[in-house]
Amino acid sequence: MSNAAVATMDRKPMPGMKVYNKKLGMWVFLLSEVMFFTSLIGSYIILRFAHPDHWTDPGVVLNVPLTALNTFFLICSSVTMVKAFAAIQEGDQKGLKNWLLATILIGATFVGIQGIEYAALSAEGFVPALDAYHAVGRGNPHEGPSLGGPLYGATFYAMTGFHGAHVSIGVLCLIFVYIQALRGVYTVADFEGVEIIGLYWHFVDLVWILLFTIVYLI
Amino acid sequence: MSTTTAPETHAGHAEAHHELGFIRTYIFSTDHKMIARQFLFTSLLFLLVGGTLASMVRWQLGFPGQPMPLGGGLPDTMAPGGIILPEFYNSLVTMHATFMVFFALMPLQAGVFGNLLIPLQIGAEDMAFPRINMVSFWILPVAGIIMLASFFVEGGAAGAGWTSYAPLSASGEWTGVYMGQILWLTSLAVLGFSSILGALNYVTTVINMRAPGMTWFRIPLATWSLFVTAWLLLLAIPILTGGAILLLFDQTIGTAFFRPEGSGEPLLWQHIFWFFGHPEVYILILPAMGFTSEVIACRSRKPIFGYHSMVIAMVAIGFLGWIVWGHHMFQSGMNPLLGMTFMATTVVIAVPSAIKTFNWMGTLWRGNIHFDTPLLHAIAFVSLFIIGGLSGIFMAVAPVDIYIHDTYFIVAHLHYVLVGGSLFGIFAGITFWYPKMFGRMMNEGLGKVHFVLSFIFYNMAFFPMHNLGVQGMMRRIYDPNQYEYLQGLQPTNTFISISVFLFAATQVIFAFNFLWSLRAGKEAGRNPWKSNTLLWATPSPPPHGNFPEMPIVNRGPYEYSHPDAEEDFWPQDAPPATSGSGGQPAASPTPEPVPGD
Repeated sequence: MSNAAVATMDRKPMPGMKVYNKKLGMWVFLLSEVMFFTSLIGSYIILRFAHPDHWTDPGVVLNVPLTALNTFFLICSSVTMVKAFAAIQEGDQKGLKNWLLATILIGATFVGIQGIEYAALSAEGFVPALDAYHAVGRGNPHEGPSLGGPLYGATFYAMTGFHGAHVSIGVLCLIFVYIQALRGVYTVADFEGVEIIGLYWHFVDLVWILLFTIVYLI
Repeated sequence: MSTTTAPETHAGHAEAHHELGFIRTYIFSTDHKMIARQFLFTSLLFLLVGGTLASMVRWQLGFPGQPMPLGGGLPDTMAPGGIILPEFYNSLVTMHATFMVFFALMPLQAGVFGNLLIPLQIGAEDMAFPRINMVSFWILPVAGIIMLASFFVEGGAAGAGWTSYAPLSASGEWTGVYMGQILWLTSLAVLGFSSILGALNYVTTVINMRAPGMTWFRIPLATWSLFVTAWLLLLAIPILTGGAILLLFDQTIGTAFFRPEGSGEPLLWQHIFWFFGHPEVYILILPAMGFTSEVIACRSRKPIFGYHSMVIAMVAIGFLGWIVWGHHMFQSGMNPLLGMTFMATTVVIAVPSAIKTFNWMGTLWRGNIHFDTPLLHAIAFVSLFIIGGLSGIFMAVAPVDIYIHDTYFIVAHLHYVLVGGSLFGIFAGITFWYPKMFGRMMNEGLGKVHFVLSFIFYNMAFFPMHNLGVQGMMRRIYDPNQYEYLQGLQPTNTFISISVFLFAATQVIFAFNFLWSLRAGKEAGRNPWKSNTLLWATPSPPPHGNFPEMPIVNRGPYEYSHPDAEEDFWPQDAPPATSGSGGQPAASPTPEPVPGD
C-alpha cells in the first residue's frame, strides 16, 4: 500500500462521539435497560387497564410512607455519588472514598428496607402467586375482605424486585469501585470507573422515581 | 475530562504482544477474529442441530406414522420404535425453530460477521471492549447446553412453538411440558445477555473507533447493516428477556401475568413477543443484506448502485420494524382499525426493501460479473428474498391473512426469507470472507456444486408449501391425514420431505469443503477477490492488532472499475484522487470527483 507518503491526517481513530468508549458503552447499555423496564412497565399498564379491580387506592395495601422514606434515601445516594465524582475530579482521594462508602451504605439500606417491606407485605397476604393472594390491607390486619387481586401483587413484585436487583448489582459494583479507590487506582487524570458506575447509579435512581410514582402513588 | 481510550499506538502493537498461551489464544480469546471463528464453529454446530430436528419434523409429515430411519435409538418417550409421538413432534417443531433462529441464524450473522467485519472494515485494531466480547461468545454455548438439556428432562423439551404463546406455554397442564418450558425460557433469557453485550460492543466500536477518514458514508454496507442490527438487538432483546421472565414467573411461582384463570392476559404475551419479534425478523435479514451488497459490488466489479439509498433504506427498515408487530396478530383479536394501521405500516416496509432489491439489480446491470460461489449465493439471496418478500405482502394484507394465517403459506414465506434469504446470504458471506478468516480459499468446484444442488433442492422443498397453505394445511399439525380434505396433499408432503432430505444431504458438501479447505485450500493471499474495503489491506488471516499501522481512509468503499486505477479498483486507503499535500503527484491525471467521496 502506498499510502504512507500522503499521510496528511493523524493516524488516530475518529470518535463519532466526544466521549470515551466505556462511557459510550454504558450509555448504550442503559438504553437497553430502558427497554427492559419498558417491557415490565408496559405489561403493568396493560394489565392494570384491563383489570382495574385488581388494584386498590394508593396506600391501602402498600406502605407508602416507609417507601417514601426509602425513595428519599435513594435520592440521597445519588447526591453522595455526585459528591464522590466531584471529589475525584479535584483529586480529593479522601473525599472519593468517603462519599463512595456513603453511597454503598445508603444503597444497601435501600435494599434492606425493601426486604423488610417485602417480608411485612407477604405476611399480610400480599403475594405474587395467584392461589395465595389474600391481601387484607393496612390497618385491618385480621379481618375484612381481601383487597386487590393477584395481578397487583405480581406486577408489584416484578417491577420493584427487578429494580431491587439492579440496586443490589449497583452496590456490588460500587464495592468493587470502592476497593479500587482504596488502592488508589483513580486519579485526577483517570476516573472513568467512578464516572461509569455513577451513570448506572443515577439511572437506577431515576427508574425508581418512575416506579415509585406508578406503583405506589397512582 | 479524560480523553479517548482508543489505542494510541497502532504501530508496533502487534510485536509488543507477548505470545499468548493455548487457552488465551483458542478458548478465552479476546481477539475479535478468534471470537468470530468461535462463533462460526459453534453456530454451525447449532445449525446442524436445527437441521436434524427439521429433518425429523419432515419425516413425520412426509411419512406419517412410519418408523423413522435411525429413529429406533430414541427413547420411548420420544419415538417408540422410531415412530414419532405427537408430543415429541411438538417439541421438534419448537426446538427446530428455536435453534435455527436464536442459535444458528443470529450468531451466524451478528456473532460471526459482526466480530469479523466491524473492526476490520472500519480500520480498528479490535472491538471497543474485547473482554465483554469474549463473555458475549461464551454465553452462547452455555445457553445452548441449557436448551439442549431440555430434551432430556421429564416431559421433554418445550412444545408450545417458538412463539411460546400463552396460556399454552404458561402452564404444563396443556402440553405436558413442565421443566422443558422453564429451561427454554431460562436459556433465552441467558442468551439475551450475549446479544446485548455483543451489540453494545458493535455500536461503541462503530461510533468511536473508525480509522481516520472513515466517515459515516465511507463505511462499507456490511458494517452498516451490522450497526443497524446491533441497535435492533440492543433495544429488542431486553423486551423478550422481560417477557420471558414474567412467563417464567407464571410457571414457577404461580403468578398469573398471562394465565386467564387469574385474570392474566394471554394477548399481552403476544404483544410482548412480537414487539420483540418483528425487529428480530430484521436482525435475521439485515446482515445478510449487507453481505450481499459487498459480494455483488465486488464480483460484478461495479460501485454499488445507490450507496446512500442503501444506507438510508437499512436505517428506515430499522425504524419501521418497530411499528409493524401487529401484523402477526391479525387473527388474535384486535380492533380492525388497529389492524388497518399495522397493515399500512407493514406495506410501507416494502419500499425500503424494494429500493435495496433494485439497487442490487442495478449493481449487476452491465457489470463485469464473475460468477463465483459467493456471487451465486448472493444472487440466490436476492431472488429468493424477492419471492419471500412478495409472499410477505400477501400476509401483511389483513383480508388475505384471514385466509392464510397459520397455514403452510406462512411456513413457505418465512423459510423463503430465513433460509432463502438469510442462509444463502450467510453462505455468500462465509465463502467470500473465508480466505480472510483462515488464509485459504474454499474449493470453487465443490462450492458451485453445493450452490446448485442447494438452490434446486431448496426450491423443491419450500415452493410447494405455498400451495399446501392455500389448500388449508395448518402450520402446526402432527398428522394432516387426520382431516379428509388434507389427505390429497400427502404426495406433496412426501415430495417436500424428500427434497428437504436432499437439501440437508447437500450441506455435507459444504461441510466437507469448509473443513477440507482449512488445511488443503489454496493460499489466499491478501486480497483474493480484489476487493477494496480495509479488511483486504491486512494479511490473511490478520495478525493480532489487525493493521501494522493505522490505515488512513481516502475513498468510498466501492470504487471498482475505476478508469484511473492501477488494477481496476481503488482500495479505501489508496491515496486521494486529487493531488494530496506532501508533494505526491496526483494519482489521476484527470482528476474527477469520485463518487461517495
